[in-house]
Amino acid sequence: MGSVREMTCGRETITETGQESRRNVTINPPHLVSRSEALISETIFRFIPLERVIYLLPIVLFFISLFFGRYMMDPVETFRILVIGSANTFFDWTSTLLSTLSGHQVLLPSFEQTWGVSEQTVVFRIRLPRVIAAMLVGGGLSLAGASFQGLFRNPLVSPDILGVAAGAGFGAALGILVSGNPWVIQVSAFVFGIVAVAVTYGIGRVYHNSSTLILVLAGIIVGSLFSALLSLAKYVADPYDTLPAIVFWLMGSLSSVSNTDIIAVAPPILLGSLCLYLIRWRINLLSVGEEEAQALGLDTKRMTVVLIVASTIITASAVCISGIIGWVGLVVPHIGRMLVGPDFRKLIPVSAILGASFLLVVDDIARTLTATEIPLGILTALVGAPFFAYLLTQKKVGWA
Amino acid sequence: MILNVKHASFSYDGLIKQFEDVSFSLGRGEVLSLLGRNGTGKSTLIKCILNILTLQSGDVEINGRRVSEMRPNEVAREVGYVPQGHRSVFPFSALDFVLMGRAPHISTFSVPKEEDYEKAEEAFARIGISHLRDKPISEMSGGESQMVMIARALAQQPSLLILDEPTSHLDIGNQMKVIATIDRLAVDGIAILMSTHFPDHAFMVSHSVAILEGGRLIAQGPAEDVITKENLREAYGVDICVHYIEEADRMVCVPMNPCSGRGRGAA
Repeated sequence: MGSVREMTCGRETITETGQESRRNVTINPPHLVSRSEALISETIFRFIPLERVIYLLPIVLFFISLFFGRYMMDPVETFRILVIGSANTFFDWTSTLLSTLSGHQVLLPSFEQTWGVSEQTVVFRIRLPRVIAAMLVGGGLSLAGASFQGLFRNPLVSPDILGVAAGAGFGAALGILVSGNPWVIQVSAFVFGIVAVAVTYGIGRVYHNSSTLILVLAGIIVGSLFSALLSLAKYVADPYDTLPAIVFWLMGSLSSVSNTDIIAVAPPILLGSLCLYLIRWRINLLSVGEEEAQALGLDTKRMTVVLIVASTIITASAVCISGIIGWVGLVVPHIGRMLVGPDFRKLIPVSAILGASFLLVVDDIARTLTATEIPLGILTALVGAPFFAYLLTQKKVGWA
Repeated sequence: MILNVKHASFSYDGLIKQFEDVSFSLGRGEVLSLLGRNGTGKSTLIKCILNILTLQSGDVEINGRRVSEMRPNEVAREVGYVPQGHRSVFPFSALDFVLMGRAPHISTFSVPKEEDYEKAEEAFARIGISHLRDKPISEMSGGESQMVMIARALAQQPSLLILDEPTSHLDIGNQMKVIATIDRLAVDGIAILMSTHFPDHAFMVSHSVAILEGGRLIAQGPAEDVITKENLREAYGVDICVHYIEEADRMVCVPMNPCSGRGRGAA
């Protein structure tokens, strides 16, 4: 027993004070070098609060993305259009609202418009919805990915694990075959995404068991079923017209996102995200195992349902406007874990922030690099894969 | 009585009984060791007491309340559970891990507050592992992680602590460390139920011992009365000598050599 106590005491001194550790350097150099390096980086992080800086990242990128593009615009002018334009729109709305409420014509003052119609269109009709969409989709997918990785206790899980992407893909293909109307395609993608997850969960319930292993297996079953249905849809599609439309949809893109799309998908994505944010600490408990979580007083069944519903609504909403965008939901949570550690209290917000920033940058590249757009799903992997490979060589990965 | 198990029976499939008509009780500051061969249902019984599994018949009462009528977080406020060893996927720091023990005291949409951090630190200090606070659990040795698991259970501020084979997979030094910790917690007034594969440990720490075999408690009472050659043969199917060793000042259990005598010991 004495030897055990000595051993643990010896370990304790390493982290205690500088003097103690220097004494240990002579005893055990390789171990200590890495330890003191870690200490140095810890002190740097204490002076530059990296965790706070991350939160500025999407704001900065938001403005840069607005004046960045094939139609080059002056940053200051862009900023003015954005601020004054939004103020004018707000005044317009208020005056209309007041007029209808009071029955009299109410005219609120508005700022003078010093820019042309084309700039107005570029900022408000083209770039703003696209930038917001990129942030919503990127942030949402990363958040859902991080939550699922916690729920399934597996860092290799992505938001597609329960079949939402396969379902949405088939839904979109069906929409393209049946009507081709963008609204029909989106609604169909959303509905089938939700249906796929509902079927997955239903299969889990049939076995009187909502254990996560059954869920994963059911997800594989449902995923392959919908993939087969998607192949069938492709097979019967017109090779000159609808087939390319299906293929392009599956590659993912934000090029056709409009303001009405944003208004439709922002509420579910934000609500789902809020829900996951609120239970962020409980995801810690889920991630140590179902029985332990129950012994700690967690109603695991209810929490699992809440998490799956919130993540699925987010993912289905994101996928229905963007198409299939892989990679983000898998990798961004890892980058988050490298920055702030495994604690979901920090990981949830940081994943959302990083995901929003990542997809924003990738989408900027997609729309500016070449004359014809590169599909987003291709670029996320092209940019993300080497970046992630680089990260893996640089820092300790956030799982055991 | 803190824990009262009355005529408990359980079955996974409704046909084959895992155990039946199991009754025992446990008071403040008492340690009960549960012995029995692998697969005899010790862990199942523990999960029933925690209300993770539901009894087929009988009752489990904690502080006079039936667990089957309590919500999960109400049970967790009374009962701390140390499972058989933990393999975490994510490298939580020991502090984050012990904080999880505060879950039954924190509302669903809330996160740990100052008070919860204090309670977690108290739990560390209580069993003397404050130096492990910032170490990731994935980098811990078996002994260290076992102690952190005990700290997490203590952060729940339970009146009953249940440990499932707390000394398995540990070296002999860490085994004694865990046993000493259990003894100290019992002195502080916590009721302790532990399952174990070491009758020796039952001699050291427990006030009473129960042997589960074939779905029933074949013996129950003070260690000296229960841990006998006959009972151990019935429970484990091998011959084990039970002797008093003066130098150690306690009873010990020594299995007879089951080998053919070609080993070095026979020479």
